[in-house]
Amino acid sequence: MSQQRNRLATGGRIDRTRPLSFSFNGKHFEGYAGDTLASALIANGVRLVGRSFKYHRPRGLLTAGSEEPNALVQLGTDAASEPNQRATQVELFDGLEAVSQNCWPSVGLDVGAVNNTLSRILPAGFYYKTFMWPKSFWKYYEHVIRKAAGMGRAPESPDPDCYDKMHDHCDVLVVGAGPAGLAAALAAGRAGARVLLADEQSALGGGLLGRRAEIDAAPAAEWIAKSISALQAMPEVQLLCRSTVAGYYDHNYLTIAQRLREGSDPGRRCDKPRQRLWKVRAKQVVLATGAHERPMIFRHNDLPGIMLASAAQCYINRYAAKPGDIAVIFTNNDSAYEAALDLAEAGVTVVAVVDVRTAAESPAQAAVRSRGIEVLYRHAVVAASGRRRVSAAKVMALDDSGESVSGAARTIRCDFLCMSGGWSPAVHLFSQSRGKPSYDASKACFVPGQSVQAERSAGAARGSFALAECLTEGHEAGVAAAAAAGFQRPGRPAKPPVAAKVDEAPLQPFWLVPAAPPGAPLNKHFVDVQNDVTAADIALAAREGYRSVEHLKRYTTTGMGTDQGKTSNINALAILGQTLGADISAVGTTTFRPPYTPLTFGTIVGRDIGALADPVRMTPIHSWHVANGASFEDVGQWKRPWYYPRPGESIQDAVNRECLATRQAIAILDASTLGKIDIQGPDTAEFLNRVYTNGWKKLEIGRCRYGVMCGEDGMVFDDGVTTRLGEHHYWMTTTSGNAARVLAWLEEWLQTEWPELKVYCNSMTEHWATVGIAGPFARQLLSELTDDIELDPKAFPFMTYRAGTVAGIAARVFRISFTGESSFEINVPARYDLALWNTLMTAGEQYGITPIGTESMHVLRAEKGFFIAGQDTDGTVTPLDLGMDWIVSKQKDFLGKRSLARPDMLREDRKQLVGLLPVDPQEVLPEGGQIVTDMDQKPPMNMIGHVTSSYYSVNLKRSIALALVRGGHKRHGETVYVPLENKVIAANVSEPRFYDPEGKRMHA
Amino acid sequence: MLLIKCPWCGERDAHEFSYGGEAHITRPENPDKLSDEQWADYLFMQKNAMGPFLERWVHAHGCRRWFNVRRDTVTHEITAVYKMGDRPPERTA
Amino acid sequence: MPKSYLRQSALAHLHLEAHAVEVAGDAGVDLCERPFRGQLVLRGDCTDNAFRDAVQQALGVTLPVEPNSVTNVDQVSVIWLGPDEWLVVVPDGHEQAIEQELREALAGIHFAVTDVGDSRAVIGISGPHARDVLKKGCSVDLHPRVFGPGQCAQTALARCHMLLHQVNQAPTYDIYVHRSFADYIWCWLEDAAQEFGLAIIAQAPGASAGARAPESEPVVPA
Repeated sequence: MSQQRNRLATGGRIDRTRPLSFSFNGKHFEGYAGDTLASALIANGVRLVGRSFKYHRPRGLLTAGSEEPNALVQLGTDAASEPNQRATQVELFDGLEAVSQNCWPSVGLDVGAVNNTLSRILPAGFYYKTFMWPKSFWKYYEHVIRKAAGMGRAPESPDPDCYDKMHDHCDVLVVGAGPAGLAAALAAGRAGARVLLADEQSALGGGLLGRRAEIDAAPAAEWIAKSISALQAMPEVQLLCRSTVAGYYDHNYLTIAQRLREGSDPGRRCDKPRQRLWKVRAKQVVLATGAHERPMIFRHNDLPGIMLASAAQCYINRYAAKPGDIAVIFTNNDSAYEAALDLAEAGVTVVAVVDVRTAAESPAQAAVRSRGIEVLYRHAVVAASGRRRVSAAKVMALDDSGESVSGAARTIRCDFLCMSGGWSPAVHLFSQSRGKPSYDASKACFVPGQSVQAERSAGAARGSFALAECLTEGHEAGVAAAAAAGFQRPGRPAKPPVAAKVDEAPLQPFWLVPAAPPGAPLNKHFVDVQNDVTAADIALAAREGYRSVEHLKRYTTTGMGTDQGKTSNINALAILGQTLGADISAVGTTTFRPPYTPLTFGTIVGRDIGALADPVRMTPIHSWHVANGASFEDVGQWKRPWYYPRPGESIQDAVNRECLATRQAIAILDASTLGKIDIQGPDTAEFLNRVYTNGWKKLEIGRCRYGVMCGEDGMVFDDGVTTRLGEHHYWMTTTSGNAARVLAWLEEWLQTEWPELKVYCNSMTEHWATVGIAGPFARQLLSELTDDIELDPKAFPFMTYRAGTVAGIAARVFRISFTGESSFEINVPARYDLALWNTLMTAGEQYGITPIGTESMHVLRAEKGFFIAGQDTDGTVTPLDLGMDWIVSKQKDFLGKRSLARPDMLREDRKQLVGLLPVDPQEVLPEGGQIVTDMDQKPPMNMIGHVTSSYYSVNLKRSIALALVRGGHKRHGETVYVPLENKVIAANVSEPRFYDPEGKRMHA
Repeated sequence: MLLIKCPWCGERDAHEFSYGGEAHITRPENPDKLSDEQWADYLFMQKNAMGPFLERWVHAHGCRRWFNVRRDTVTHEITAVYKMGDRPPERTA
Repeated sequence: MPKSYLRQSALAHLHLEAHAVEVAGDAGVDLCERPFRGQLVLRGDCTDNAFRDAVQQALGVTLPVEPNSVTNVDQVSVIWLGPDEWLVVVPDGHEQAIEQELREALAGIHFAVTDVGDSRAVIGISGPHARDVLKKGCSVDLHPRVFGPGQCAQTALARCHMLLHQVNQAPTYDIYVHRSFADYIWCWLEDAAQEFGLAIIAQAPGASAGARAPESEPVVPA
């Protein structure tokens, strides 16, 4: 195990009593609790953390936060492995294993680095320009390019961890727990509002954690601790750390990705979720998201060891990890001076501060100079040098214009280089909320413009970078947000936390270090280090005519990838603006889209996987079907028995046996999924008259009638039998899959068009279980189990209803039939379904009672030519197309009637329902098979229709089918063909009724 | 996720609701008397406005009531919610 | 006449009694099935005084006209489902008598009453983390400032429709889901509750919505 040779002896927010061991690229290291992987690597002197995406250049840590573009690692192994993790965000834990991405075979020796040598021929748009011809070859190119590029590996087996979701609501959501966010949460919490404070880091404090600052005349750490205890004492305040606010959507709906623990802890039971996605509806939002420091753009600015000044400061102060021993600092603003002082304080030799500005009197600059640190005003670092790590900075004097350098170059040796090109407020969430950022020239950054939703920004997030401002703005935002949500602190107003006001010399915008010597290429001035986009690439895109920043992004890939250009975007568009001679405010920003940082799929999916992926609806006797070996079919969300195979039976064997039993003995069917709607009210008959195509005014009490429902477009959408139970009381049935839709359809018309109708509809689908018995012995069996229902066909004829008891259970019995046999549909409250079923099975044994599934039911109804809405119809079929003119009333109006009179509906060549009898009775047509009349045609053949239902009917000892065929009603007797891959099946068109066409059996 | 205020149940997430298209399209009294064009206009033609739009929603996972909404189709801002049969409230500046 | 032991609650197939503890312990979440609760759907026009009075007279409970509220007296609760729709929750076995009383009281008024006792399964959830479990699948704000005892909501829980009724301050909630979804939602709740510690509580059948034991023996419908 290596020493932590760059670890400071004291200081930092790490726990030196809790050492943790971890491995990086196969080498073992030690860090401490409180470290990130990045800080532990710094402490161990590891500089090289990855390779860039395109040129495979060696890269080191640029930042200390979630904006990190370089240090992408693959975390963990096997199924729990996660790609694209930012080392700066990964909290160290014992046993952590990480490897660099995007390098093969190792980060030190990377084969892809040959691209670096070739970079002159890999300019912006190279892939677009090169791999587009011939067009059809892209799929081959793509395969190779993707392999060479790669952003980590997706694990190949299922993620073993559990992920979770949580809905929440609050009065004030504060995003970011830096000084502004903490002040806002305190203010809103004290006003009594429900506050949710979310921060992406492992500890609250934001940027303060990496700085040595004073608040309320004490070290900032004390203020943070006091604030946290105060917030924890407020019952209506929730603190979420390790929680990234990932998306800001309409109506103040935000998502937060919370990391509950690092590392994997497999186990399907959800007792230790790894991550949780919060979905929060906030009355008010305070965006205290801070700012991102910008890099300086100079030659070889991507070498390992070159990092943001604030990052170096953070590694020193928060993690007691020294990025190196000798530093050069390059800046255009005062904030890097504070970093210089902190570095010096920690024992780093700061050899020079290179400042593009002229000397100014500010306390920070004076303090640096008085420490004896050389400050080179009006100078710039024009290039860095070193192999795999920076070893020197080349510094030259700037001309008055700042657009070129001159004089002798001075080489300053160093082992790390800190840069600060100013700060960009993190306006990402503001922008997602549909707000438009506007350019503030005095601060040289985009700041939030006018709010669109109920949100406000505070502190660095709105360009107020000084600590004192962050605190007051945060406080004021918290007070205002709480007030807007209806909460005002009683009594005197609370005082905001106070930090000393520090005079700062103004920043000087400085987007691009001039080439040295003038005219030299800018092809190693990296703007976007993750995507290897250089200043030269942006200039080239501008020369080639790209004006829009959105096009620039897509052409050069700047701002793409896992970091979405958090450190690079503003520099890129400023350079575009400079090249085009346009003002940066006119160039504008690209669109910020969620998520703020990448989410893992597990977090998005949550617990909706496996058995919980979608509800499984079960009938009350589901467990009987399972115990009796049923194969199940999905009907919507329902599981229905499909068939009940006996040992050794194929599906066809089982279906043949079930179908024979139905016609020859007795079948029993679980029909509980049938939609059932209770309709009450004096206007019910009128209502039914309007929603069904046929007439309902004359239906007598106790009688059933079949009906078809159409949409206003005249197309069939459901059918079923409705029974009149009493004077103003009806019982409607619908197809299983349409139960909810039909009820919603009825409610829609009652509520929106016909509120005057006195009708109430209630769903009864789940209350009443339905058991169908059908076949020659059905009446005999039922007679043994009831003594209060007269079963004689004259007393209880087909299409009537009786109430009574069956097996001692109060039941509603209907003589309706979908199989064409004499049948009874027995409805009992669901609680008695199993009792009824078991009784019928036992009593029916002597008659050969046979449970049948949906497949047999479908065969039996097809023998009768009964269509199934949604199988034999598809939303383009009218009742007339089905040959059901008899059910379409000419007298009254009904939904869809007017559409049936449109000329198109009267065309004789509409697709109409017919029967098909294959010429070879053993040949079963495939459902969906296309029908033609003439096999001599060349493709594309003229297709006149398709097979909608097709089965082998054991009762008819032949195959049968239903089909929709153009002009089908006039084609009865014709022979048509269904061409298949390896054969052609000929069939004769017939009436769609194959069995007992007079219906004697079901009336019996 | 839009937040829609059901006139009865109050504010709920949009996933509890189903959309019902343009509001205030009344079913003709005597469809048989309409020309094919008039019937097609009732059946198929909706304004598809860009900006404020009167539309129908139903609280499908709640009280199952239909109601009307005025929603800006560009910004999703909902400026009015009113019951079936009512006229849209006057717009305030 | 079927024996009462022949009847099956929606979750009978899970044999919850085998996993149940007698009394609530220190688990974060307690779950139970509340089987065989009598339920009637009542429809009518609540702006009609005659309707409201007749219901009050039949049930002895004021009809809740405030959306998402529940009224109850003794063993009878009336849960608001919509402006013209209520769920009347009565003790096991009392459905028919109460339906009859309603029919008599409402004679001459346009109304509908329907026994839906087997339409919905009822699952009770309580314990210090009961709300957290619900928050995992329900987007309605259940914070005590907004939602408390005597309130109800029809909404979604995970991927199915739910009627939620907060019974007491504990908090205890009754979750009504359509019977065919009961298995799914029970499994979902068990999974969601794992991280807080889960106890399954034995529950006497037919306890009323007021969470009290029935005063009379269950009656099997004729």
